[in-house]
Amino acid sequence: MSTRTVEVELKTTQLDALGNVVRAPLVVTETGGALTGDSSQFASASLAEPGLESDHMLINIGPQHPATHGVLRLVLELDGETVVRCIPHIGYLHCGFEKIGEYRQYNQIIPWTDREDYLNSMGNNVSFVLGCERLFGIEITPRCTVLRVIAMELSRIMSHVVWVGTTAVDIGAFTPFLWIFQERENIYNLLEGWVGARLTTTGTRVGGMAADIPDGWMEGLRSFVQGFHRTLDETDKMLTRNAIWSGRTVGLGVLTPSDAINTGMSGPMLRASGVAYDVRKDFPYLDYETYDFDVPVGRHGDVYDRYLVRMEEMRQSCRILEQAIQRLPEGPVNVDDPRVILPPKHKATSEMESMIHHFKLVMEGPRPPAGECYVATESPKGEKGYYMVSDGSAKPVRWRIRPPSFVNLSAIPKMVEGHLLSDVIAINASIDIVMGEIDR
Amino acid sequence: MSDYSVGQFAMIPAGTQASVAPATPRNVPAHGGEPNPSAAFLVAKFGDAIVRSWVNCGETNVIVKVEAIHDVIQWLNEDHGQRYEYLVDVTAVEYRDAGRPLEVVWHLRSLSFLRFLRLKVELPTRGPLVVPSVMDIYSGADWLERECWDMFGIKFEGHPDLRRILLWESYREGFPLRKDFPLRGRFSRAEQLKQALAADPEARYSMEELTIAEAFDSLPEDMRSRLAADKAAGTEAFGE
Repeated sequence: MSTRTVEVELKTTQLDALGNVVRAPLVVTETGGALTGDSSQFASASLAEPGLESDHMLINIGPQHPATHGVLRLVLELDGETVVRCIPHIGYLHCGFEKIGEYRQYNQIIPWTDREDYLNSMGNNVSFVLGCERLFGIEITPRCTVLRVIAMELSRIMSHVVWVGTTAVDIGAFTPFLWIFQERENIYNLLEGWVGARLTTTGTRVGGMAADIPDGWMEGLRSFVQGFHRTLDETDKMLTRNAIWSGRTVGLGVLTPSDAINTGMSGPMLRASGVAYDVRKDFPYLDYETYDFDVPVGRHGDVYDRYLVRMEEMRQSCRILEQAIQRLPEGPVNVDDPRVILPPKHKATSEMESMIHHFKLVMEGPRPPAGECYVATESPKGEKGYYMVSDGSAKPVRWRIRPPSFVNLSAIPKMVEGHLLSDVIAINASIDIVMGEIDR
Repeated sequence: MSDYSVGQFAMIPAGTQASVAPATPRNVPAHGGEPNPSAAFLVAKFGDAIVRSWVNCGETNVIVKVEAIHDVIQWLNEDHGQRYEYLVDVTAVEYRDAGRPLEVVWHLRSLSFLRFLRLKVELPTRGPLVVPSVMDIYSGADWLERECWDMFGIKFEGHPDLRRILLWESYREGFPLRKDFPLRGRFSRAEQLKQALAADPEARYSMEELTIAEAFDSLPEDMRSRLAADKAAGTEAFGE
């Protein structure tokens, strides 16, 4: 027996004495006619809501559905339009990255890290080589450290930009999508100028970067940061106080702080619930503790707060980028360590020793000592960790990706149950999933 | 918009209990170094159940006997001096050396003390791969344990819904991340294609799948026999 009262707002312009919107419940009378009116009329009529009993309906969202952001399938059991049960099915994009990694040298795995969370490819490259360098016992150069910070923050902006754009489209706003995808294009142009690739960057190497930035690249970055502030403000104006946007996001998919921690949430999902945990602050890497930036934290843990947190994170990323531009030192990018770094090309083609060195490194690969390490970084989705186990050979025994959106998505049944079907789209979008990372 | 960095309710700032400000680790030695203080607490509390502990790449590893692992994790989560409230990861490692036991790995994080701890359980690769589930302590362990089952065939006892997650439920080739599993899969391409073509994807889009356990008896005869056959064939291929 359903006890829900379906309310429709027929007279939204009418306010009662207290200034609240007068809602008119839609009630079916015993004779079959519909009775509408304001609440007082409803109360005086003292009509019990009729039992609208029916079978539960089963709905499949996905695996091919534009609003699931990839090949995610949600099986929803509906009572009317309310979700009673949600069972997610994943794995449609499973490629066995971790298995393949066991058959590859460390530098050969870097291209695979592009392809898992493909909105954050540069960030994944950096996280992966940070783990390798811990394993090899290598300290990277100061210039490389700053370049990697720039790479990570650019990919954070890029990922959040795509999130805002696609989530806005899911909820029904198309304009910010176009504005903000122009900025994404600008970042892609910057990355193309730096490493030669746009999406699958493979921008790092164990012990350094694939390439130093070209001349004049910093000016491009500077003008991007300046221009991006404007786009961000425009998007902010378009969405933050927008009645439709807030109506579709406020109060949805709420996670309490303790729930969020217990389910292993990380990144904006966790911070929107009010837990100030950011790997960059709490377990810093790449000298993040020396940068001046704030970690935005939400209050309510709903979709709207996740949006606010991500918007503010983009501003903070701009702050970090500005500081990184200021402090970028001169000097070499790659470490001076022949164990991992290839000799320069002109030497490899002219000197016998360098050629042999080049050949050995490429064919046999660098060998870390036996050991294991887990290095976590703050990816746009949350805590992205690489757990690597080496037995002293050139290929890892185990290469484990700790995928933040995998763990974040696992809480979706908890978040959507009890909400309406259309809200499932907004809640699912708010998790910021990339199926490439979830299925790996 | 700067006001929402201040929490309205009990906001949980990370690192409130930490004694030193976090900094980027530098020159981390491959072996040795400062161990996580929790390792010593564990030895004091659980004694023989802690097999050994060491520091590698700046991270503390603790090997625990499988009988005690649930209690150890529960204590680490609940004790006010430890407060490992965050389960980072559950995974497993199998070494190329066939004589080395398979390790199940739990990565725990204390957000209050900013500590990181790696717990391990060693299981002989030929014996039964069974460890207790920690889903009653961390609900986030749900999918992580399911993935571990899917990839390594480790049974997490007490997990309410331990089924394959990344691979499909009728996958019969075994557990891909085990070292005896070839990179290209167990079956030939022809066999894989044959199975893919014989699969009935429509059967998976039904109410039956949602409420499989409770509705089994009321299913039509053909559906019941198909499910029973699937189950029998699946277990046979897993060698149980």
